[in-house]
Amino acid sequence: MSGHGDPAVGGASGGVPRQVFDFDDYGELLGLVHDTLLAGAVIGLVGGLVGVFVIMRDLPFAVHGISELSFAGASVALFLELNIVAGAIAGSLLAAGAIGVLGVRARDRNSVIGIIMPFGLGLGVLFLSLYKGRAANKFGILTGQIVAVDTPRMSWLLGTSAVTLVALAIMWKPLTFASVDPEVAAARGVPARALSLAFMLVLGLAVALCVQIIGALLVLALLVTPAAAAARVTASPVLLPVLSVVFALVSMEGGILLALGSTVPISPYVTTLSFVIYLGCRLVGTRQGARAAEPA
Amino acid sequence: MDRAETTAPLSSRGTSPAEGAGTAAPVISLRGAALSYGDRVLWRDLDLDVRPGEFLAVLGPNGSGKTSLLRVLLGRQRLTAGTLSVLGHAPDRGSSDIGYVPQQKSLPGYTVLRARDLVRLGLDGHRWGPGRAGAAGRRRVDEALAMVGATAYADVPVGRLSGGEQQRVRIAQALVTDPRILLCDEPLLSLDPHHQRSVTELVDRRRRSADTAVVFVTHEINPVLGMVDRVLYLARGGFRIGPPEKVMTSASLSRLYGTQVDVVRVRGRVVVVGAPDEGADGTAHSHSDGQPDGPAAEHRGGPHGDGPP
Repeated sequence: MSGHGDPAVGGASGGVPRQVFDFDDYGELLGLVHDTLLAGAVIGLVGGLVGVFVIMRDLPFAVHGISELSFAGASVALFLELNIVAGAIAGSLLAAGAIGVLGVRARDRNSVIGIIMPFGLGLGVLFLSLYKGRAANKFGILTGQIVAVDTPRMSWLLGTSAVTLVALAIMWKPLTFASVDPEVAAARGVPARALSLAFMLVLGLAVALCVQIIGALLVLALLVTPAAAAARVTASPVLLPVLSVVFALVSMEGGILLALGSTVPISPYVTTLSFVIYLGCRLVGTRQGARAAEPA
Repeated sequence: MDRAETTAPLSSRGTSPAEGAGTAAPVISLRGAALSYGDRVLWRDLDLDVRPGEFLAVLGPNGSGKTSLLRVLLGRQRLTAGTLSVLGHAPDRGSSDIGYVPQQKSLPGYTVLRARDLVRLGLDGHRWGPGRAGAAGRRRVDEALAMVGATAYADVPVGRLSGGEQQRVRIAQALVTDPRILLCDEPLLSLDPHHQRSVTELVDRRRRSADTAVVFVTHEINPVLGMVDRVLYLARGGFRIGPPEKVMTSASLSRLYGTQVDVVRVRGRVVVVGAPDEGADGTAHSHSDGQPDGPAAEHRGGPHGDGPP
């Protein structure tokens, strides 16, 4: 295990500016956060694509529930001075698996999530309060941090992203079929049950990824908002994921670039950007709907 | 095709129509078939041959095993006893030779999919891995949409279509693979009479033009009365099979239900009166899972809806 859980990990953020909105050394800073930008791009890509199915399968609440357990996993790892990324992934997968197995029907699923979520949050709070290291590390898990992404952490990130992207590429069509049209999909031999569980695990990985940068409380801004915004303006199966990814990337990279010039953490920028995009799309979507309704 | 099979004899123990379309090899063949859940027998000793181009309506009260019969034909459920052959072999799940139209229930408004995408899923939605079917696939989707007269709203998100429009798109989806068997599960639920007619006409036209066998589960026979060749009426663990004028009679249904049931013909419509509570029932019909009805909802408690006096 590399030393992410080490209290000293915050030291890696030495290049992060402490001034509020000082863009004087911006060029220099850009060089320093090169890796963070790369991480943001990867997370934006994964978040935008996974979000499409979060919307199709009506799973925003599950995202929230998984992220709380991801938070718990990360705090346990922080306390035990283990790899935080691995901790976040373990918590995520546990929650996603439980939701996938126990909550086949929507009604069951929501109660399962409602039960798992406070438990996870409680665990997380417990281990954070036991943890005697830097307070910034605690805050970071919940709300995200723009700490420099060091090499081992980057490898974890890229590896996990690659797994989710490959899994999505393989099951994209049957998953779409099973999500929007479960009865006919089952009649055509699509294994809906197995796909549902497989997607929950992919979702778990994606949540664990996003928690790294924008924090457990704000994951929805990457896994739900961009896809929901895209769904407002298009129903094309090609344009929907493309727009969702673009929105997620703009929010993510925009957030990183803005956060560079300030002392505020990255997450408010990301959440605000994605929210503004959503509002814009709602506006455009309403206009489109009105136009489409006229000739009918 | 012709409907010579309407002369098939009334028999509660199977039928093998020998005339007309009956000369072609059956596409569906059940022998001594039974389906039960625990102690509850849905049906047993069912012998049934469905031949190309035949229109078979499956009627019966809720819980009589109509939908289960379709699940068996789709290979999603196994018979408790007996044998089934679909297109000459055991049913395989997901065959493109079988088109399936599910219960009419509106797709939720937030469904992010256009009509043409829903049809497209019927063509290649079950395939794994990346890659799209390309121009040939697009052409088939366009053809299927044109066949059911849905071209005008091909690019409209399905959630915004009315119940009748959605059901047309469903039929295009089921026909896009050019199937030899079409299985329809209550496709008329919550459609108004006008849309019921247009949907049944689409199905009828298809079996005539392409010799597709149709198994049509419905709780109400009137919308398909002029089209069906035979009726399979399931109730109380038994069944009646034969042309509608033989099955839909007071004597036949009374025997099936084991109590006095009156079948009256009024203005060209068949009305069943006095079928026991789980009876052939329109009004008390529970919509499968409480989904809100579509824009064209207005559920019609059909003439079958006359409960016990």
